[in-house]
Amino acid sequence: MPEPHPHGAGRRWLPRSTEGWLVVVILVFGAFLGLATDTFLTFANIFDLLNISAFNAIMAVGLLVVLVAGGIDISFAVAASVVQYLTAVTVMQLGGGNWAIGLLLASAFGFMLGAINASLIYYFRIISIVVTIATFNIFFGLLMFFTRGRSIYDLPDWLLDRIIVFEFETPGGDFAFLTLPVVVMVAVVAATWLFLNRSSLGRQLYAMGDNAEGARRVGINIAAMHFLAYGWLGVCAGIGGLMQAHYVQEVVPNALYGRELDVLAAVVLGGARLGGGRGTILGALLGVTLVTMTQNGLNLMGVSPYAFQMVVGLVILVAITMSNLEGLEAFLRRFARPRRGQTGGKG
Amino acid sequence: MAAGDVAGGDAARHVLAVEHVSKVFGGVRALVDVDFDVLEGEVHCLAGENGCGKSTLIKIVSGVHAPEPGAVLRFAGERVEGLTPVTARRLGIQVIWQDLALFPEMTVAENIAFEANLGGRPRWVDYRAMRRTASRVLERLGVALPTGRPLRELGIAQRQVVAIARALVAEARLVFMDEPTASLTQAETRALFEVVHRLKADGIATVFVSHRLAEVLEIAERVTVLRDGRKVGVFPAGELTQNRLAELMTGEAHEAVVRARDLTAAPVVLEVDGLARGGEYEDISFRLHAGEILGVTGLLGAGRTEVAATLFGLTAPDRGGMRLDGRDLRLGSNRDAIRAGIAYVSEDRLSLGLVQPQSISRNVAITVLDRLLGFFGLLDPARERRLVGDWVDRLRIRIGRPEDAVATLSGGNQQRVVLAKWLATEPRLLILDSPTVGVDIGARAGIFQIVRELAAEGLAILMISDEIPELYHNADRILHMRAGRLVGEFQPGEAPIEAIEAAVHA
Repeated sequence: MPEPHPHGAGRRWLPRSTEGWLVVVILVFGAFLGLATDTFLTFANIFDLLNISAFNAIMAVGLLVVLVAGGIDISFAVAASVVQYLTAVTVMQLGGGNWAIGLLLASAFGFMLGAINASLIYYFRIISIVVTIATFNIFFGLLMFFTRGRSIYDLPDWLLDRIIVFEFETPGGDFAFLTLPVVVMVAVVAATWLFLNRSSLGRQLYAMGDNAEGARRVGINIAAMHFLAYGWLGVCAGIGGLMQAHYVQEVVPNALYGRELDVLAAVVLGGARLGGGRGTILGALLGVTLVTMTQNGLNLMGVSPYAFQMVVGLVILVAITMSNLEGLEAFLRRFARPRRGQTGGKG
Repeated sequence: MAAGDVAGGDAARHVLAVEHVSKVFGGVRALVDVDFDVLEGEVHCLAGENGCGKSTLIKIVSGVHAPEPGAVLRFAGERVEGLTPVTARRLGIQVIWQDLALFPEMTVAENIAFEANLGGRPRWVDYRAMRRTASRVLERLGVALPTGRPLRELGIAQRQVVAIARALVAEARLVFMDEPTASLTQAETRALFEVVHRLKADGIATVFVSHRLAEVLEIAERVTVLRDGRKVGVFPAGELTQNRLAELMTGEAHEAVVRARDLTAAPVVLEVDGLARGGEYEDISFRLHAGEILGVTGLLGAGRTEVAATLFGLTAPDRGGMRLDGRDLRLGSNRDAIRAGIAYVSEDRLSLGLVQPQSISRNVAITVLDRLLGFFGLLDPARERRLVGDWVDRLRIRIGRPEDAVATLSGGNQQRVVLAKWLATEPRLLILDSPTVGVDIGARAGIFQIVRELAAEGLAILMISDEIPELYHNADRILHMRAGRLVGEFQPGEAPIEAIEAAVHA
């Protein structure tokens, strides 16, 4: 992402951080969508976006933890689907359960799936992208195999009842409301922020992502850090999965398939560096906001949903190119370099 | 008196005293029955050529490696068994490795006070306390650093201070510094020595690992010399001269042979004129003659390797020209360079220059596959065998079978395999980047002998090195680079080696 600009004067009005850039882009884009459509800048739409994107935001901060620690995870979205199933089946077995039991189970199942990734990565020394592409396929394959692709509609009442925490009637006569997932999102984001920035373990994670050998030398427990990072993402995926099931009031095995890339795009767009050590919660949230806005905006303007896929792909490419400015510079230099060795020598 | 006396005397005054330390790695004896001791508040130097066992010894006393049975390790008089990195740190042993183990994205303060984040028990982080700790320690060291800035914005000398400050926060009693001055200017080295004196005043011992003899003798009180894994002895620095120390380290009378020849009359092989590349180097012009060994030295980051990368077609210059044997060189890639007759043995040859798990034979043949083709364009194994056999003989590479993996060879022999691989292309110009890094002393002499023989056959050789003595005793001329520019040229023999060293580290 754009680095603080080296040339000071004349450029001072430009944002100095990734987050600053995102705020500018979001405001400009939001203003554009407000003018281009008559529905985007309405309370009903914006509150709806918050409800819908709660799931992405919960996943995004979880994924941020893994990226900051120097890893990557592709499997978390299908892991969330697996958790939805396991949780739904378990609470039905228990005779219904309640929110507390549901959240606890979802967290535990999520952690377990994260721990599987962590142990494969740490104990077998396989790079995280390879492990999680494999577990992505394994999780999804097992899920489809055992469910035969069938959805669950017969869910306990507590999970189906929509909980509205805030509601008001807009001047236009619509109802705008915030639901439970938004509250849970705020809680997960706050917890993750505290963990990464204010707890000693979070700082150890940053250190490991920043300089893995250095972290090992100062005596950080690398194995524990792997379980912590992937486990944290697993818990986020579990809780996020439960929220998504609650919001759509059903459990569909392939509902979340493919979401991992939207979330990854959002987090990388928010300034998290693939390779570790850099990334903020604020950036991840702004990234989610921008990706959600793009999707919603294209929708409202009547553009094909496939265009969104394309935009997500572009966002990942651009964000990764920009996050490696040296690489970009070298790339541009190839075009700028003089073709002839002798010309333009010093006179 | 000092040395022998105190070493045998009051044990309580020793921060560290180890006896009978040996270490074997896969059949190779890295350390043989070594004794080593450091007094409280002492500035001690561990001297020896690369591969003499210095790093192994440090790794043993800091708990990274376990010594062979029979070793006795005492810290502040107490015998310690089963030392681990964690217990070593608890005993006040801190090692500042050359790569410093710092966190570039974090602030200077957090890097210094990182200790506060350690341990498995989760705690809340108190950034204000971290900043206070950092300022307090920096004040104690008499250094001012921007504690709120990310470490990546600091230069290498300042990072070194950060690493030392971190060791102090951890209540160090003894700080090992591994080649701390390797990339410092003279002024920065002065500042570092100032910091070491402050540590001494606080009763903290420092062990320097260095092979810059002048520095060793200036800062250290005692010098422990290792050679080929054995302890040569402990000497008060005041009783040593640079020549004497060099003799102790190498084990041979330090004959100051200068082999520089005047080759200005020989045909010019490479002519570089006003070469420049933004941010890397500027206005580089020189000539290299047939049969000449031209040394290039300078501090790390002076642009030496960058110039070599351009000569080998890996990067394109912004301005200036290169001519090989009078013909303009236009290199679009390193393939063009190889075709033009340029060979480049990189600094990081062990990872970049060799395919370690593959056979010696394949590694040698890889650059000239097109010349080994037989029927239907398939590789002709007989030709490959002949080629590899030739080079193994010519370079006197000690191998079992050509089919063995390169990884089974010693550093010196691996270096020869890289050379063979490039010489097989029959180059006009050979670029050697830091040819002796990771090669032990005995093997070094052998490699230089080969390099000189190649030069005698008319090959033009550009040799980049940090080790000024190596260049002084092998090169015909030495170019000095600083901050991307050529700032000096020396003839070994005409200029004394001390003058060159002073110029480079000024």
